[in-house]
Amino acid sequence: MAAEDGSQSTVDAITGDVTAADRRRNRRVRRLLFGCAAITVLTTVAIFFALLDNAFSFFYEIRLYEFLLGGEFSQRVSVWEFVAGTQWYPNHGIAPAFGILPLLAGTFLIVVLAAFVAIPIGTATAVYLSLYASPRTRAYLKPTLEILAGIPTIVYGFFAISFITPVLLRGLLGPFGIEVGRLNALSAAIAVGIMTIPMVASISEDAMAAVPDGLTHGAYAMGASKYQVAIGIVIPASLSGILAAYILAVSRAIGETMIVALAAGHSPNLTSDPLAEVQTMTAFMVHQVRGTSAVGSVEYQSLFAVGLALFLITLAANLLNDYVKRRYREEYR
Amino acid sequence: MSAETAEEQDLFEDVDLRGIKIRGWLFHAFCLVAALFGVVMLAMLILDVLWEALVGFAIGLDPITFLTSTAHRDPFSAGFIAAIVGSIWLMVFTVIFSMALGIGTAIYLEEYAPDNRVTRLIEANLTNLAGVPSVVYGLLALAVFVNAMRLGPVILAGAIALALLVVPIIIVASQEALRGVPDGMRQGSAAAGATQWQTIRQVVLPAAFPGIMTGTILALARAVGETAPLLMVGVVLESGLIPGDPFSRFAAMPTEIYYWAFRPVTEFHHLAAYGIIVLLTVMFSMIASAVYIRNRYERIR
Repeated sequence: MAAEDGSQSTVDAITGDVTAADRRRNRRVRRLLFGCAAITVLTTVAIFFALLDNAFSFFYEIRLYEFLLGGEFSQRVSVWEFVAGTQWYPNHGIAPAFGILPLLAGTFLIVVLAAFVAIPIGTATAVYLSLYASPRTRAYLKPTLEILAGIPTIVYGFFAISFITPVLLRGLLGPFGIEVGRLNALSAAIAVGIMTIPMVASISEDAMAAVPDGLTHGAYAMGASKYQVAIGIVIPASLSGILAAYILAVSRAIGETMIVALAAGHSPNLTSDPLAEVQTMTAFMVHQVRGTSAVGSVEYQSLFAVGLALFLITLAANLLNDYVKRRYREEYR
Repeated sequence: MSAETAEEQDLFEDVDLRGIKIRGWLFHAFCLVAALFGVVMLAMLILDVLWEALVGFAIGLDPITFLTSTAHRDPFSAGFIAAIVGSIWLMVFTVIFSMALGIGTAIYLEEYAPDNRVTRLIEANLTNLAGVPSVVYGLLALAVFVNAMRLGPVILAGAIALALLVVPIIIVASQEALRGVPDGMRQGSAAAGATQWQTIRQVVLPAAFPGIMTGTILALARAVGETAPLLMVGVVLESGLIPGDPFSRFAAMPTEIYYWAFRPVTEFHHLAAYGIIVLLTVMFSMIASAVYIRNRYERIR
């Protein structure tokens, strides 16, 4: 049927019968499709303004658009307190405190601990895949890593509270007399690290594959061992690509929500103790929205202030990643 | 002749390769262990879920009740059906929104877009969108659709959040599929006098369709396991009602799993393990069907 249509319109096109109508339709479709593309840009704009608009009312009691229309504003939370305050109790009835630092510290702790898992293991996996693995091993290993990457984060969260904390951490640390609480930063961070291994591995491996064969062959010809080629040639030559992988993994870890919401706890702690309960920015949002407070209240608007901070941090990480990636593409052109 | 060999031996006598060999061997071992770490962790994760489910079965949590009844305070009569139906509703509307938007954008970028600043902006923005944390999409839906448009925390709002989240994935996959269509086919169609849209609709899209479908199904497999955006939109955590239309409140499979895993009562953890098995089964069958489509059509071509 479609083929008949096609030949019919082709004949028409040749005879010049309906070309004007067809061209009009082509222009209409083009505009419609451009509209689709425009919506994707609009999404970013909408995210930014929805966050900014509500975060403004977190600080000044009225929404940004009301302020722009000439509304009166009064300070509710000072920006300085939000950025530099060391206590975060948005729901406290008498003396609420709105310092984001404990949430930032919680996120930072998780990201750093997760990086200790994901970066060495991910990079070594990439080296193994690109230098050591036989095609047969690769054919098994790569899909397995893809499955690992596809597991929903809620399942990783469940894994953290039902295996990593009670079996792995208590089993390893218990004999040393270290007590491991039900919720702790370390177990969430290990799960986040495992989740980001495939990302680090696959992007680093792509970067390693882009290293020109001439470089590695030259090194082998000089009598270098595989270890020397890996450390001396392949890793330095693909360093910016590997770096881009790390940045992307860190960005993912910052925005990771369900693992930390389940396993890291809900007390905003300004601490560097990996076995303490911490609350990240994302875990706060999930936890806060459950006790849904009235729209417009400072508790509700605090979601957006934290969301805006999260969005800006991940945006910065993504831009940095983009910059590093572009530089690495130029290297071997 | 023999004198020469002796000289050679002397030359290399002071070269000690043992250190290098040991280091090389250790490095190889380290890389191998690292590569196996991921595999072992995947196995542990699956075994852990199965074990928790098995213990649940042993203490008398009935799988049939689990699959046929709705959520309940009592873990022994609690079930997953409302969450399953909620997830199906969500997927239906996520497909509708995300396919239209994703494929439309991909066609524009690959077939129509001139190489100018606007196009570069759209493409740069897509890379950024792919990196926005999923919980932020939930905030967007909460602010704009749930509250500003007064839609309320309903299935439609959740589906919009999920659709916006997976659109970048669908766009990238569709662009790759469109790029895979040889230019000769486009030129042939144009030479026959077809307009660009006729070429796309009758020549390019049919050829790129398997690739687009594969990408879309994989994106949906990602969406079905997403929890955070739905929590932000405001799901019912203990859903006792099977949602009947897109404007009803809902629970989804991952949010129900979150609620059960979150509770301190251990019976609910076993229910969460049951739920995870259902969720992973759904996900893996989606991924398998995507791989099947890809392999089947690649062979034909």
